[in-house]
Amino acid sequence: MIDRLTEHRGLDSFDIRYVALILAILGIGVLSIYSVTHGQKGGMAPYYLKQLIWIGLGAVAFLVMWASDYHSLARFAYPAYALILLMLVFVLFEGRTSKGAQRWIALGPFTFQPSEFAKLVLVLVLAHYYSKAPRVGWLQRVIVPGLLVLPGLLLILKQPDLGSGLSFVAVYAAMLLMVGVRSKALGFILLFSIMLFPFAWEGVWGSLHDYQRQRIMAFVDPGYDPGGKGYHALQSKIAIGSGELLGKGLYGGTQSQLKFLPEGHTDFVFAVFAEEWGFLGVLVLLTLFVGLIWLSLEIASKAKDQLGALLAVGIVAMLCFCVVVNIGMTAGMFPIVGIPLPLVSYGGSATIMTMAALGLLLNVKRKRLSLFY
Amino acid sequence: MATTHYPEAEFGDLHRRLFILRVGLLLVVALLGLRLWHLQIREGPYYRDLSENNRTRLVLLEPARGLIYDRHGVLLANNVPSFSLYVTLEDVKDREVLIQQLSNLLGFDPALVRKKMTAKGSKLLPRKIKDRMTLRDAMLVESNRLDMPGVMIQVESQRNYPGGVTAAHLLGYVGEISADQLEKPEFVDLHQGSIVGQYGVEKSYDRHMRGMAGQKNVEVDALGHEKKAVVVERPQAGNDLYLTIDVRLQKVAEDLLGGEYGAIVALDPNSGDILAMASRPGFDPNVLSRELTAKQWVEIVQDEGRPLNNRASQGQYPPGSIFKIPMAVAALETKTMSPSSTVFCNGGYQFGKRLYHDWKASGHGYVDLHNALVHSCDVYFYTIGQRMGIDVMAEFGKDFGLGKATGVELPSERTGIMPSTAWKQKAKNEQWLPGETISAAIGQGYVTVTPLQMASLVGTVANNGVSYRPRLVQAVMDRMSGNLQELPAVPRGKINAKPETFRVIKDALADVVTKGTATRAKSSMVTIGGKTGTAQVAALRTGPEENIPKKFRDHAWFVAFAPVESPKIAVAVLAEHMGHGGAAAAPLAKEVIETYMKLAPQVPAVTSDLSGVNRPERSAKDS
Repeated sequence: MIDRLTEHRGLDSFDIRYVALILAILGIGVLSIYSVTHGQKGGMAPYYLKQLIWIGLGAVAFLVMWASDYHSLARFAYPAYALILLMLVFVLFEGRTSKGAQRWIALGPFTFQPSEFAKLVLVLVLAHYYSKAPRVGWLQRVIVPGLLVLPGLLLILKQPDLGSGLSFVAVYAAMLLMVGVRSKALGFILLFSIMLFPFAWEGVWGSLHDYQRQRIMAFVDPGYDPGGKGYHALQSKIAIGSGELLGKGLYGGTQSQLKFLPEGHTDFVFAVFAEEWGFLGVLVLLTLFVGLIWLSLEIASKAKDQLGALLAVGIVAMLCFCVVVNIGMTAGMFPIVGIPLPLVSYGGSATIMTMAALGLLLNVKRKRLSLFY
Repeated sequence: MATTHYPEAEFGDLHRRLFILRVGLLLVVALLGLRLWHLQIREGPYYRDLSENNRTRLVLLEPARGLIYDRHGVLLANNVPSFSLYVTLEDVKDREVLIQQLSNLLGFDPALVRKKMTAKGSKLLPRKIKDRMTLRDAMLVESNRLDMPGVMIQVESQRNYPGGVTAAHLLGYVGEISADQLEKPEFVDLHQGSIVGQYGVEKSYDRHMRGMAGQKNVEVDALGHEKKAVVVERPQAGNDLYLTIDVRLQKVAEDLLGGEYGAIVALDPNSGDILAMASRPGFDPNVLSRELTAKQWVEIVQDEGRPLNNRASQGQYPPGSIFKIPMAVAALETKTMSPSSTVFCNGGYQFGKRLYHDWKASGHGYVDLHNALVHSCDVYFYTIGQRMGIDVMAEFGKDFGLGKATGVELPSERTGIMPSTAWKQKAKNEQWLPGETISAAIGQGYVTVTPLQMASLVGTVANNGVSYRPRLVQAVMDRMSGNLQELPAVPRGKINAKPETFRVIKDALADVVTKGTATRAKSSMVTIGGKTGTAQVAALRTGPEENIPKKFRDHAWFVAFAPVESPKIAVAVLAEHMGHGGAAAAPLAKEVIETYMKLAPQVPAVTSDLSGVNRPERSAKDS
């Protein structure tokens, strides 16, 4: 009886606005991927078709997450994190190398990128940690979770995958701020950071690959390497800027169609979209993202418990970070760090992970509507 | 679960903080919007202008292919710079004029250039028109570049084999990827014009050696003249290979064959390392790695001596009396014969209506297993073959690797045939005839083998039944990490036979050289064990050997191992149409063994000395 009631209420939570926003953004992604890769030769399945398959798998992940119970999921947070860490270690030794970084595990004809899934698992871990017991004092609030984040972060930086590493830090920071840090703890963090900065700089800068350093240098000082690694950033800016108000229309993007723009279907897909659909298109896409994040924050603020709220906040933080950094880097505001645009960029692991995360968010909402039992 | 562990006030705080987050989010998005407005609206016309004049062309930078060394670090294959001429059609004003210019200036065939220019492909990407240009031609183009917009000279690395024909069949050659290859998944990263291995280890280890292409962005002005070139992505060099062969031994083996057709394989029975693998006639991989004209191809392919055929791994010959070695193992192991039991040989073996001759018409008299091997008595083996039957023989033959590929890292290895009743049923849909067993017993009839299989077989006997997969590559040097990855020897199995069996057979093989059919292989330097063989080419023979046209003369076989006490090398020699193995092939095997024994003391370790080898830097430039 009660079960049936919860079931009914549960279906209510399947927010149609939320799903419509996700589908609209996914649609823009597939369209842009199709546009930039439609002329490519090769016997492999076209990218847009493969992306549709990833979306299909993502939809399954979304529904599974939505139908489950985040409380029971949180119970598996630590084992899941351990598993992900194992996979990251495996990637380090056995992974598939592409463009100088070792990020992928080969699964038959497919490859699988554990660092993407690590982000979602990290949200679960931190949410679980903070809601399990009252965490008081800066040691329990800051240091211990920091130590939880560290192994994953280091393994990801070692690959090297600067983008995913930064998302890790962003999720940690967002959760920390949501739980609240007292001024004293904040002071400690600041002091520590200042003291550790030279070492951290040495460690981080030293562990970066040449191409990453060059990209960062090209951003900090564009005159440093006018033609070298600044190339991506420049071509991306030309692509976006030349779209003007109305864009050049589907297939009309000369920058992307003529391959001046590298990675047009993955990290720089936003530039492709901006070139073809102009500022108006960009406004539409930004509005869709803001709408999605807005609804997600709504879910966070109405979550029925601490765990739900923290989960929602973590997922929103992850999403926000990726959207802002990706658009920022394509528009020449940040250095190029290699973060895909969620739901838009081509990529199996990222698409499935993002859709699973959004399903989990909706699960937080569903549980709020369900009765206590 | 609905409880919260934090004080109410703090949970309430969450809402305040979420509010701040929302405001922050709106601010950031507004900032992004502002930036995009700035890019697209305020500076839009500027960027549109840039995009329309974005006359940059992406040029692929071919990676430097991995180098190949022998077991002591002697360079066998490297890359040298060569000039290629590219044309970007988008920048060409009048194709016919350009074709005329190229033909006047450099003597290019106009039809060929026209064909390349009209071939399918992007107008924006430079296409290769000619490679391996001389420096003079390249300079000529450079100095006339202003008159020929769209033309570009690119320095590329060209595969070079310093040894020329030496080890050509092992190394193989490289060539432009074919349309069929482009369709295959293993070449997915490659593109039209990519260079891939087409033969030898160049082919079988192509994935390791090819590296990854980079990109260069070339800025051209409105007339298509190159203004500035910028490297976007550096090409990644391929990995280097260290082969198991000793190039000095390889050269000796090849010179021994000289102008004759045939093959010599030498391997280390304790690891399967191939020390030398010669096949004659050979070819110059430098020529084949170039773009050949159709006429040149036809010449090579139609050459009677089939120089592209690696006779060591692809040539299939009847083993002749070499087959008596596995036969002897089978006879002892099945207890068909004891070492001391004898057979009377009167020079022939009557089966049904047919008399099977011994090579010695007067016969050998009473022979035991030892003497049957030493003097290669056919009647003895007709008899035991008849007693065991073809299927038992096939079982032992297969144990020695007959009828299957050895698994050496060379493309298109042939398996030979180890016939059996089941094989004949399947292959010919006919019943096995009893008489065929008798031919098979002395390695004639349907039985065929490759010289590599024979070297492996004699090595297995020398090593008391323990065998390794013959291999050519002992280490791969990873260019990205700088690690030298040593590949372990691959055990293939052990023949299940008594140690006594191998002792008896090795004794006999030693006597083959000291007083049997192969005294010409006797060495003052080292003890050698071996077995001669003669593979019949034509069934009917009339008159003395000299009167038979060469192409109908028999093939000469000799397999050997040395030193007899603790074997370090196993050799198989096949000399086509050279008659009897004892006369033609045995001296060659002796030379190879003696050369190796002279070389061996200077080269104690196999891979451990690689670290000390001074590896020359690749000579081709990376860009």
